[in-house]
This record gives sequence, structure tokens and C-alpha cells, in this order.
Amino acid sequence: MDEILDGLTQIDCDILVIGGGTAGPMAALKAKKKNPKANVVLLDKANVKRSGAISMGMDGLNNSVIPGYATPEQYTKEITVANDGICDQAAVYRYASECYGIIQELDDFGIRFQKDQNGEYDVKKVHHIGTYVLPMPNGDTVKKALYRQLRKARINIVNRYMATRLLTGEGRIAGAVCVNTRTAEFLVVRAKAVIMGLGAAGRLGLPTSGYLYGTYENASNSGEGYAMAYHAGAGLANLECYQINPLIKDYNGPACAYVAGPMGGYTANAQGERFIECDYWSGQMMQEFYDELQGGKGPVYLKLNHLAEETISEIERVLHIVERPTRGHFHKGRGTDYRKQMIEMHISEIGFCSGHSASGVFVDEHARTTIPGLYAAGDMANVPHNYMLGAFTNGAFAGLDAADFIADVDFAAFDEAEVEAERNRVLAPTKRDDGIPPNQIEYKTRRLVNDYLQPPKVTAKMELAQERFDEVREDMEQGMFVRDSHELMRALEASSILDCADMAASASLYRTESRWGLYHNRVEYDRDDENWFCHTILTKGADGKPAHHKQEVKPYIVEIAEDEKDAYNNQRVGASVAAE
Amino acid sequence: MPLAQTATTVPVTVNADLCIADKGCTVCVDVCPLDVLRIAETEDGSKTAYMKYDECWYCMPCEADCPTGAVTVNLPYLLK
Repeated sequence: MDEILDGLTQIDCDILVIGGGTAGPMAALKAKKKNPKANVVLLDKANVKRSGAISMGMDGLNNSVIPGYATPEQYTKEITVANDGICDQAAVYRYASECYGIIQELDDFGIRFQKDQNGEYDVKKVHHIGTYVLPMPNGDTVKKALYRQLRKARINIVNRYMATRLLTGEGRIAGAVCVNTRTAEFLVVRAKAVIMGLGAAGRLGLPTSGYLYGTYENASNSGEGYAMAYHAGAGLANLECYQINPLIKDYNGPACAYVAGPMGGYTANAQGERFIECDYWSGQMMQEFYDELQGGKGPVYLKLNHLAEETISEIERVLHIVERPTRGHFHKGRGTDYRKQMIEMHISEIGFCSGHSASGVFVDEHARTTIPGLYAAGDMANVPHNYMLGAFTNGAFAGLDAADFIADVDFAAFDEAEVEAERNRVLAPTKRDDGIPPNQIEYKTRRLVNDYLQPPKVTAKMELAQERFDEVREDMEQGMFVRDSHELMRALEASSILDCADMAASASLYRTESRWGLYHNRVEYDRDDENWFCHTILTKGADGKPAHHKQEVKPYIVEIAEDEKDAYNNQRVGASVAAE
Repeated sequence: MPLAQTATTVPVTVNADLCIADKGCTVCVDVCPLDVLRIAETEDGSKTAYMKYDECWYCMPCEADCPTGAVTVNLPYLLK
């Protein structure tokens, strides 16, 4: 295994789904169900059984809109406000209207959701305004349940193939070039439609531990989706709206205030005091978190030690089994116990992820990108605050729309020279006798991301980042060296990471205002609604570098009253509340 | 530029007495999202899984899915 072999195979399918995590499997299932004759291929660089952000499971639905608890109007309003108004509401509204049906389908798959004594969904309040959080007591079974459905539906699963570039022709999608991560053999997939569900750009910033894979996001989510969309000419929206998350320091996994919050836990400063009113993640909340970390009352902690034994046991049961189960190992190794100490928290490295933030490949309410036949869903698409249920629901929209799209088209012709050029690009690091290994290219890129791109954002620092990134790119293109196909996968990831770093710098420089709290805190500029109440769209320019334009925010479906607009701007606990 | 051989301690350990790679099992290798595990052949010809690449997200499918409980996921030293 891992030997570099020479080979190229071409296959045809109706719909190619890239990414077998959360959105991808649902897209594949929905497309196949709508058109049972369609040949649907689900491709993943890992193994669909355990790939993606929910590899081990998920502890709950963070944004469920369940009749009786919340309405689509209310949810759409909340997410619009949490995103500082920059939101095409149609996609959020459609998600909010249809996610309940997806919950019921997941329930049928055997993924159970918490219910009260009366058999009603036991929804909890975490957000500022509405009630949307639904715990999943057996959330560790999600991937297994999904996999069963994929097998039952006879989806063609292709594991350990990494898509490296999309193919286009006739003004629409034509397929993708893929490479086997264990043999370096190529697979060209011709497809009438392509659905991307490649997850976050989770390996963009460097975690404070310095360990390349100790990231908040699943470290296999290295930003291929963003890079491939960019090189294919698709538009990407608001990339300056980074993702930064609160987490357990060093462990770098979620603190899970959404689990602990409804049970009485909260985020506190070193004095054990609350300092934010609401633990729901937004840029504004992260700014308060950052200020507390930097101020005299830091660091910040997860406080549970005031809770009763049964409550803590229940929190442990959920947090140490589902989503990131090594969390229990971590606390044991440190000798920390929720009963005795507060747990030190920190903020994550930066990344792109609409799951908790709002930036990504631009899509509409059908999950269509700006390239006909190309779809994106989940953490990599720009529907804000997707979380897991958003990935499932928007994945479903992509699958349903793609099933219609393929009915009317044949394969688009593409330029064979593109495949040859991509083979040469991919294999270049295998053709050298020595050089710089991918881990060093990656480490340097990500260290520079931390040094120069982490908010608060400063113009001169971001310009320095661009100069350094150009130097790293030169090194990567001229001198990167790999010894086997596994290292070749890492080399390709390093290339995606560098593309994402370039896009992060460029997008942040373009929007000359501050918005989304810490996510785009440009210290030299205030918020500027007159000039910047718009999306920023990044595309690949004629010079091969990022180009930008503004795009208007579509008229709201759900109006926001003047006095509601600031609901997420006043997160700091007032003196009277703090004194309670 | 020649390459160095820098040692690093790896987070995933496999109990060779429990590992059944000899019988053709590759579950841990198959499920790892980062594809960092491989099967090694020891001097006496028997086989066991091991962590070849220090690129671990300490996510645990390898440990959870191992049919004999041979795999343990520790935290990488840099962050534990």
C-alpha cells in the first residue's frame, strides 16, 4: 500500500456526490429516491462509514425548527440578526420550513431524538430568541444508520478517492478528476451533475497546541471544496466572515455549551462570573469571549461545578460518548473533573465553515452554485448556521434538484487537456528526488495564517501575509516532494489549504468595514451599512488571483423591526444581571 | 534538500496480542478518516495494525470499531 502507481480510469455517472459525511449521503439518497434509474456515485477520500464532521456522531440538533416550539419566520429572523443582516433569507426560510420533515426521516432511520413523558420532542432553549436545540441520546449511531440507508438504496460508494479538480464544459459542470489516496492512480468521473459536500476548511489556522491535526473540525476537512469551486470558476460568498469557535483549551474540541447550557452550565470568567448573556455562537458573542480572554478577568471557563451530581453525570454521559468521545480521556489525563474545577476554555484557530458561521461557496435555496449542474451543501456552502441538520436538509435540496437537472441534459464535453494538466500538477511532487515535504508547506502556511490573518484584522499584516503566501506557493509549486501516495494526499491538502489562506486574506482586505463581531473585526474600520450592506463574492480572476464584487442582499421575506436588529449586539451581561 | 528522520510519539497504540490482522482484519485501517493506520508484518511473520503516520484527530472510530478491543486512542502528546 501507498506505492505510487501509474493509472487512469474513466467512469460515467448521472450524479457524482463528493463527500460522504453528512450532506453528501442525504443528497445521494434523495436523488436516488426521486430518480431510481439514476446512477449515483458517492465518493470520499476517507471511508463513508466514518467520514466527515460527524465521524463519531453528534450530541444534538442545534437548529431544529419544530412546530409548536418555533416557526420558520422566527428562525429566519433570528439567523438574519445573528448574521448582522447579511443573509439571503430564502435558503434559511426553506431550511426552516422543511427541516422538520428531515428530522422525521432521520427518526425513521433509527436516529432517535429526545422526547418528554408525553412523547413530544424535548426541545431546549440556547439561542437568544427562539427554542431550537434537540438532544440526540443515541447520537453515536448516526453514521451507521446513514450507511445502512446508502446500502439499501444501492448508492455506488467509492472510498479513498480524493477529488482534486472539477471539470467544466459548455458552461456547466462536466465531472471531476480524482486520485486514489493509496495508489495515486487517477479516476476521471464524467457526471451530468456534481454535488459537493466536502465540509469545512478546518485546517486553515494552526491550533495553539501546534499539532497540525489537533483542529476543531475533523482534520480531514482541509478545504478541498472551496479550492475546487474556486478553480472551477464558482462564486464564494463572504469568506471574510471566518469561523472561530469557543472550545476546551488544548483539547480543541467543542465545550458543548449547547448540551450543558440547558442543564445549568455556562461560560464564566476566572472569577466564576457569567459575562455573556447567551451561549449561542455568533461573531458578537465571540468578540465578548475574546475580550474576556484578553482582559484581566480571563481566561474563560466552562462552569459546571455548581451542578448536582446527577446532572453532571448526565452531561458526562452525553459529552464523553458522542461527537468527541476522547474528551473523557483528556480530562482524565489532566486530572480535571466537572464536579471540582471549572474547565479552561479558549477560542479556536480560524477556518471557513458555514455550519457555525456564514461564509462559503455561494448557493441559493436549491443548493445551486453559480455553475449550472454544480451544487454545494453543508459546512462548505454559504447558508448560515447550518449545523448538522442544515447539512442534511440542504443536502436533500441538492439531491432533489440534481435529480431534475440530469433529466434534461447529457454529459457536457470538456477539454481533455484539462485532465492532462491536472495529472501533471498532482504528480509534480512525485517527480523530484528531494525537496520540501507537504507537512512543512502546510505548517508554514498555517503558522502565517495565525500570525497575520487572525482577528483583530490589520491591513498591513494581511498584506504581509499575501507576500509570504506567494513565497510558500513558489516553494510548493517548484519544490514540494513526496515519497508515497499517502504523502501525495497531504500535498494536495496543503495546496487546498494555501488556496483557502489566499482567499481568506483577499476577502478580508476587500470588505473595508467591520462586521460579524470578531469574525471580521477590522480595527481600522467601523461598521458601514451604507457601503457594505451586501454580500462579497470572490471568484478566480483572469490573472489567476482572487477577484471580488459586491452582490446585493435579496429583499427580506421576514421583516426585521429596527429594535430587533441589535439583539445579538448586546451580548455582555449588564451590571445588574452579573450581580445576581 | 535531504530529509531528516525526526522521531515522534504516536497517539494510537495496538495490543498485538489482541489484534487479529493475521486473520485478515483491517477494520481500524479502513475506518480511519485520516488514513494513518497500516498493517505491519513482524519478524515471525505475524501481522498487527500500527499507526504509521502521526496525523491523528483522536476521533476514535479505530478504537470503537475494533472487534477485539485491541486499539487504544491516547491524546497526542502536544495537546494532552
